[in-house]
Amino acid sequence: MNKSLCWLSLLIAVAVFCPRAQAELVVEITNGQAEAIPIAVVPFGSAEEAAASFDVAKVVSDDLARSGRFRSMDRKDMIEQPHTGANIGFDDWRRLNNDYILVGQVQPQGPDRYNVVFELYNVLNHQRLLGYQISANKPGLRLASHQVADMVFEKILGVRGAFATRVAYVSVLGRLPNRSYRLIVADADGENPRIVMQSNEPLMSPAWSPDGQSLAYVSFEDRLPSIYVQLLKTGDRHRVSARAGVNQAPAWSPDGKKLALTLSTREGNLDIYTLDLTTQALTRITDDPSIDTEPQWSKDGQSLYFTSDRAGGPQIYRVGIHPGDKPRRLTFQGTYNARPRLSPDESQLAFVTQEDGGYRIATMDLKGRGDVQVLTKGRFDVSPSYAPNGAVIIYASRDRGRGVLALVSADGRVQERLVSSEGEVQEPAWSPF
Amino acid sequence: MKRIATIALLLAGAALLAGCPKKPTIVEPPTAGSQVGGSSTSGSANGASTNGSPLGGDADASSRGGVGADGSGPNSRKIIYFDFDKSEIKPEFASIVTSAAQNLTSHPTLKLKLEGNTDERGTREYNIGLGERRAQAVRRALLLQGAAETQISTVSFGAERPAAEGDDEAAWAQNRRVELVYLP
Repeated sequence: MNKSLCWLSLLIAVAVFCPRAQAELVVEITNGQAEAIPIAVVPFGSAEEAAASFDVAKVVSDDLARSGRFRSMDRKDMIEQPHTGANIGFDDWRRLNNDYILVGQVQPQGPDRYNVVFELYNVLNHQRLLGYQISANKPGLRLASHQVADMVFEKILGVRGAFATRVAYVSVLGRLPNRSYRLIVADADGENPRIVMQSNEPLMSPAWSPDGQSLAYVSFEDRLPSIYVQLLKTGDRHRVSARAGVNQAPAWSPDGKKLALTLSTREGNLDIYTLDLTTQALTRITDDPSIDTEPQWSKDGQSLYFTSDRAGGPQIYRVGIHPGDKPRRLTFQGTYNARPRLSPDESQLAFVTQEDGGYRIATMDLKGRGDVQVLTKGRFDVSPSYAPNGAVIIYASRDRGRGVLALVSADGRVQERLVSSEGEVQEPAWSPF
Repeated sequence: MKRIATIALLLAGAALLAGCPKKPTIVEPPTAGSQVGGSSTSGSANGASTNGSPLGGDADASSRGGVGADGSGPNSRKIIYFDFDKSEIKPEFASIVTSAAQNLTSHPTLKLKLEGNTDERGTREYNIGLGERRAQAVRRALLLQGAAETQISTVSFGAERPAAEGDDEAAWAQNRRVELVYLP
């Protein structure tokens, strides 16, 4: 299945609180799943023109199809368009090979307020699986639509949906030597991009605070690296590390109180430290003449996964945060394994591995025997980041010489590419729920 | 309590963020198709909170300084290139190091910044480490030839500031480099 879904970028100028990036993104499902569940998402009914101009069903349908777990029926093939359960002719929908059907309406509730009312049915046994309404203003209809998709996803698959989440990424515009860098936060489907920060010098390594309110990132705006923490709602930011040498790779502790980060000595030795954001107390975690970097916390906040080339090439290690804890090497397959990211349930580690001369996304099973699976086939696949439900990994890839974002399901079976119409996009970081 | 908080949030949101998406509320009606007043649970996502972050104030203040800002003539900017995954200074670049060391020893107030860079291959943060390693290799060579520690600083841009675009060896060879930048 090769499906192209066009993401319109809203060029409408909104309030000053909402600066938008004017990038258009296109999703290409490059490798779908054969056993995708067939579902009909019927266009929602509406009594009002304004409400009708927002297509809730299209957003829901696109979300579900993009997950690779569902196959959304083409609305051109629908012989009728019911908006309530009472009007569903189940036999017809079953003959059209649907397992599930979603119907609904957008009901105006006074000025700039709508109820999105929807019902999910099992076509085979006519059972009503969901019946909800979501209240939203006009601009909130998109988020409401993602929430509908989340509820359908969870009801049918038993896995929490992650459509109503966000992705931060870095976009690089312009040709050398006049490049500009933007840190952007968009909805998980690429819509609604908003500029968090822009600079003529590199921005890198965005990291979400556990509450989803702030981003930590590295900025070279003074031609030296500093780590900033920025509150998304207000744009307020403060510099949390601008020490001599390297200030890199921020990672939030699960309680949001500390950052793990990479600093260097005067002699250029990179090691991992933790920084208490309240007390500013700095604690050294690793002490080795090699490059130690790319830390990531375990869920209990008691240990860090990181990259080190202490054995020659880069490999992944784990170390406790208490003084005297000895790092333990986790990866042994191949000569290049770096940038570990832990799945939300800690059953899997995603990282970058070198294979056949290319850099690719791999996972390692942490519960069993440590089996490694290489999920992608690109030459420049880096920066993996798990969706908060663990079902999908977003990563940076290359397509016809340009930096693009791509998605792969955590089992490797579904692959998609997100192509930006302008600039290079890199370093995606998926928000928490 | 929760309901009041939700209403207050909605009102505040309406006042402050006109035009921005607000957090929808989810309500489960008791039966199919019926409508229920009032909101009990708030949505899981954070629509309202993601709205517009003003741009960082000093984001564009920095400029690509350094070039030619030295006051020491033709040696204002020199570049040393490296082999893939290596930080050894190749013999053909020894003269650049030597002349920079002479510059620094004969002008004790002169300050030099070493900017380490890598090609695009590999992970971004590990490349920061490799770029730093290259800058440090040049720093050590300069110290061995008499430059003072206080005269030299290092910075690594990793793969973030390439000199050439493209994903082939021709571009990569130009990007694996340390730039010697005299500070004003």
